[in-house]
Amino acid sequence: MADKVLMKGNEAIAEAAIIAGCRHYFGYPITPQTEVAAYMAKKMPKIGGCFLQAESEIAAINMVYGVSSAGKRVMTSSSSPGISLKGEGLSYLAGSDLPALVVNVQRGGPGLGGIQPSQSDYFQATRGGGHGDYHMIVLAPASVQEMAELTVKGFDLADKYRMTSMILADGTMGQMMEPVSLDFDIKPAPEKPWATTGTKLEREHNIVNSLSLVPEELEMLNMKRYERYKQVEENETMYEEYMVDDADIVIAAFGIAARVSKNAVNEARKQGIKAGLIRPITLWPFPKAPFERAVEHAKAFISVELSMGQMIEDVKLATSCKVPVTLCNRVGGMIPSPEQVLKSIIEVNNGGVE
Amino acid sequence: MVVFDKPHALIDVPLHYCPGCTHGIIHRLVAEVIDELGIEGKTIGIAPVGCSVMAYNYFNCDMIEAAHGRAPAVATGVKRADPENHIVFTYQGDGDLASIGMAETVHAAARNENITVIFINNAIYGMTGGQMAPTSLPGQVTQTSPYGRDTKHCGFPIKVCEMLSELEGPEYLERVTVNSVKNIRTAKKAIKKAFQNQIDGKGFSLVEVISSCPTNWGMTPQAALKWIDDKMIPYYPLGVYKDRSAEKEAE
Repeated sequence: MADKVLMKGNEAIAEAAIIAGCRHYFGYPITPQTEVAAYMAKKMPKIGGCFLQAESEIAAINMVYGVSSAGKRVMTSSSSPGISLKGEGLSYLAGSDLPALVVNVQRGGPGLGGIQPSQSDYFQATRGGGHGDYHMIVLAPASVQEMAELTVKGFDLADKYRMTSMILADGTMGQMMEPVSLDFDIKPAPEKPWATTGTKLEREHNIVNSLSLVPEELEMLNMKRYERYKQVEENETMYEEYMVDDADIVIAAFGIAARVSKNAVNEARKQGIKAGLIRPITLWPFPKAPFERAVEHAKAFISVELSMGQMIEDVKLATSCKVPVTLCNRVGGMIPSPEQVLKSIIEVNNGGVE
Repeated sequence: MVVFDKPHALIDVPLHYCPGCTHGIIHRLVAEVIDELGIEGKTIGIAPVGCSVMAYNYFNCDMIEAAHGRAPAVATGVKRADPENHIVFTYQGDGDLASIGMAETVHAAARNENITVIFINNAIYGMTGGQMAPTSLPGQVTQTSPYGRDTKHCGFPIKVCEMLSELEGPEYLERVTVNSVKNIRTAKKAIKKAFQNQIDGKGFSLVEVISSCPTNWGMTPQAALKWIDDKMIPYYPLGVYKDRSAEKEAE
């Protein structure tokens, strides 16, 4: 087993991307993800890669579009307001079926908001972020180790399905330091015969494009894309279950909220309350199966979020609203404490007994 | 003996452009240059949003369709993906390059990004039906300036070559037009130089081509070509605005 190194979450993402074969990074300064860019600025020139600070988030995502068109692994990273600016590019990447890795180290919003951790871009990430019918694969790390692992995984999935993978982290994940192992099994990127790398006068020209003016054709393109999304839903959904088997009260939480919730679950168990936790690792595709199983025995669900209640809608959908689903949250850069989550578990548990 | 042939870099399909539009001439010039420089197999073109949005159907090289105004950023990515083996050009109109994509234009120029930009300035948004462009002349009647462009209300046209020439970055900036055989020949020389500069690693080369839009100017093709002489060129003088290599040689 390889040695572990102590790293910040943002740095772990950058190093993992390089290990995954990414040699092109474009970004624009914004807190709290700036360490990704700083790391790339230092590393890329030394390994024959390209770090370029773009004039805007819009330019950065379009530079990503260019490198991806040319068939190479490429990434950008930002925080919430910057991701909004990238929304146009995310839609074009989807419309042109281009792979890319995009990192969102979320901060509180809306508008300029704050610079402290948040999960309030859940809707934006899981519903696409830009215009049109499309999805991104949304990966939610809950440790520095996962920041690295999901980055590698994100590149693989992006190439495999010709989609954008988004790492949906938060300021806590980006800034905190933990020991991390960077020993990954790196698969070579697949062949990309569609890439615009020059015809060499040996083939018909390739076109990377999202324009389709004939309605029947555009409809067909959308249908085909959603067939691919269906495969992603069937094959790539990831989650962690913690003490869910016999749970009366099941918490749904991802990222930092899941770590806090795990403590609360442990404490609840000590007090004799059968609590459990489902932690979605892919937010899109949302892991419906563990919720469908849990709703058969759970009295209630609690969605613990750093938002005004966004994932709770997916929890309600996945449980078909068969039992109550309540929200336990903090926003604006605040993080729920284990005590707050425990209090919520006790209240919901008592309510269920009555 | 072949005295006239279609360039290999241009696909033999009907173009969608309006009768009398100069896009056809400029497409041909770009394709002739690609043929003459023998670079079709390594060239990647970036089409804009606007009248030439479907240029990807006309050029025989690999093509990418970019979001509105973002072609220089996309070109930056393609070029940086493989600087040694990619020849990259963008083909952009005035709304694309000088309005919504101005930031991308200026910064690609400031970085001296080693790409070739073909900039079509016809002082109007053609594809959407003739709205006021960043380059529409003072007093010019368009769909969104029906009483003529009032500079007190919506400001003045942007002279792209003049503006970019103030930057240290760009290698080469020239304004040409294609309303006569003589001018077409000059335009081709400029386009060829803009590609040769990229091959030689010299950097950002932009050729602004003053073009006509008979449909949205509401003129016959002949009258539109004359309007270029009478109205456009006095406001947008032709010539070389920057040629860093030539300046260095002159020193």
